[in-house]
Amino acid sequence: MEPFTTLTATAAPLLRDDIDTDAIIPSREMRSPSGQGLAEGLFAGWRYKAIGSRDPNPDFVLNQPVYAGARILLTGANVGCGSSREHAVWALAQYGIRAVIAPSFNPIFRGNCIANGVVPVSLPMETVSTLASALEAAGQPELTVDLEQQLVVLPDGQQWSFDIEPEVREALMLGLDPIDLTLRYRSRIQDFRATDHDARPWIYFRNAPSA
Amino acid sequence: MKRTIFEKIWEQHRIEALPGGVDLVLIDRILLHERTGGIALRRLLDRGQPVFAPDQAFAVMDHIVDTFPGRSDKTLMPTGTEFIRMTRDAAREAGIRLFDLDDPAQGIVHVMSPELGIVLPGATLICPDSHTCSQGALGALAWGIGTSEAEHALATSALRLRRPKTMRVTVDGTLAPGVTAKDLALALLGRFGVGGGSGYVVEYAGEAVRALEMEGRLTLCNMGTEFAAFTAIIAPDGKTLEYVKGRRFAPTGAEWEKAAEQWLALASDEGAEYDVELSFDAGDVAPMITWGTSPQQVVPIDAAVPAVGEAPGQGTESAQARAREYMGLDSGTPLAGLPIDAAFIGSCTNSRISDLRRAASLLQGRKVAPGIKAICVPGSTSVKRQAEAEGLHEVFQAAGFEWRESGCSMCFFAGGESFGPQDRVVSSTNRNFESRQGPGTRTHLASPETVAASAIAGRIADPRRIAS
Repeated sequence: MEPFTTLTATAAPLLRDDIDTDAIIPSREMRSPSGQGLAEGLFAGWRYKAIGSRDPNPDFVLNQPVYAGARILLTGANVGCGSSREHAVWALAQYGIRAVIAPSFNPIFRGNCIANGVVPVSLPMETVSTLASALEAAGQPELTVDLEQQLVVLPDGQQWSFDIEPEVREALMLGLDPIDLTLRYRSRIQDFRATDHDARPWIYFRNAPSA
Repeated sequence: MKRTIFEKIWEQHRIEALPGGVDLVLIDRILLHERTGGIALRRLLDRGQPVFAPDQAFAVMDHIVDTFPGRSDKTLMPTGTEFIRMTRDAAREAGIRLFDLDDPAQGIVHVMSPELGIVLPGATLICPDSHTCSQGALGALAWGIGTSEAEHALATSALRLRRPKTMRVTVDGTLAPGVTAKDLALALLGRFGVGGGSGYVVEYAGEAVRALEMEGRLTLCNMGTEFAAFTAIIAPDGKTLEYVKGRRFAPTGAEWEKAAEQWLALASDEGAEYDVELSFDAGDVAPMITWGTSPQQVVPIDAAVPAVGEAPGQGTESAQARAREYMGLDSGTPLAGLPIDAAFIGSCTNSRISDLRRAASLLQGRKVAPGIKAICVPGSTSVKRQAEAEGLHEVFQAAGFEWRESGCSMCFFAGGESFGPQDRVVSSTNRNFESRQGPGTRTHLASPETVAASAIAGRIADPRRIAS
């Protein structure tokens, strides 16, 4: 996972509430079992003129030249609701998005962001709207997400701080692999399971039913 | 210290309190399907990591498989075969049990796992699928995750988690005749919104919840993810034990006795405290139907599409305007009587045997209106066989419904089978998002009864007006 400390980049506002993962990556765009090749399918239903086509809808924010190469996305509340498909975050990441700024995140989607080095920045709706207005008014819609300082900064120096759990911040900043971290506790997990086995033997299929 | 059911389960599974307020939590059951689970297994194997406890992980084919009789690895969805074969190969390589296409226990993961007793009260269970909250109906702590976390759980039998907050939704009163768990789930979303449960373990309690049979409880908990909850849970009681007993992977003999005692003790202590308490009167619930493109955009079936400013809890005005446009509906249009193109009974929300029985009782001796595409997809092969043993398939077929093999089917469009653009579908599923069931398809979520009544009428219809 690519470590994230601070990023100054083009930021695109898509301030709809309840943007679901079907909208972020329609199931019909999840063609490869490898989870690769998803960038083209990102927001396919909104981004292209017709289902299945690749003819850009000029009204869609990411198709507007000023937002080309956006690496930060601003959305409305409850972003990433719906299906748990991690493909939604893979599509964002493959497209180049490294941070999502929103008033609230669906919990599974947020976990998927963190697992893929996409920084979930929670800010009040009012702040997200202020940021979006500033971006829309700017010739060059850029902002900075500073994970180290937990700040979102506009080019004019206006800044807002955001909360993020310390362990999430650390994992994102160091690009840590959570599986490796947990495997450090392997013997502790084994001991715990051995004790738990006595308390709840039915969990462990001592006499696993045959197929 | 008085504790909630969630706290009891959490504390029993907490391996270690890690620095910074994160707990390392033991995972008892891992479920995988070919859409998002095969890739988790594949990635794990590719990094040279074995599955920590392969006998506690299970895979099933449900998402991409076709539901036509005589199905095979070939799918209408382009590249679907690759997903199926990758999952099959990875399951074999990892040594985990797979319920393949032709297995009599195959089914939608959230339908077949309770049926087999893979889900047990007090267990922690994860699956890379948002509707894993369904299994909370049995008093398990079951939640949906992404592929990376599934890989993590497979590798370690544990996950690192910050303890979620607790919410209790107490539903007192009695559901009126013809009003179901699905209507209750939709009514709760209409009242409290799709963000209402965000970050919470939502415990459903109260006399109306206790009165639900297990399958109704599964339907209610199923839509916990639409409520943005971490998960949903219902305390085990006598009905839970009766449901679990004798199932294939459930304990037997002395272990059963010990388990049953433990499970009943999981119920939240009288006086346990929750971060948030909500209450709701079941007597207020009518058959519900969604009008928009979010499950919270829902009204009683005899109501109309809300006017501007009339439903502040159902999304912003711009979201509602967008939803009206997508659905081709004007404010003030009554829902009942709207002509439909299709009717769908299936999905992890409403495809269990009791759902099929209730729909069949309305369809008995009646016909689907001309020109309506009507499909019933049983939630598992076991449900299908049970329904066939009872003759329900004949009722569905005589009425004009297609009778399919089990799977997730047309709950979502993956590039294969779908409804047409602008087709208006009444569906017993859980998501009415734009293009969820097909490009441009207009989905109205409702109970299986409402789907059946609407199929007969050829229009959105109140099931209470069709005497069974």
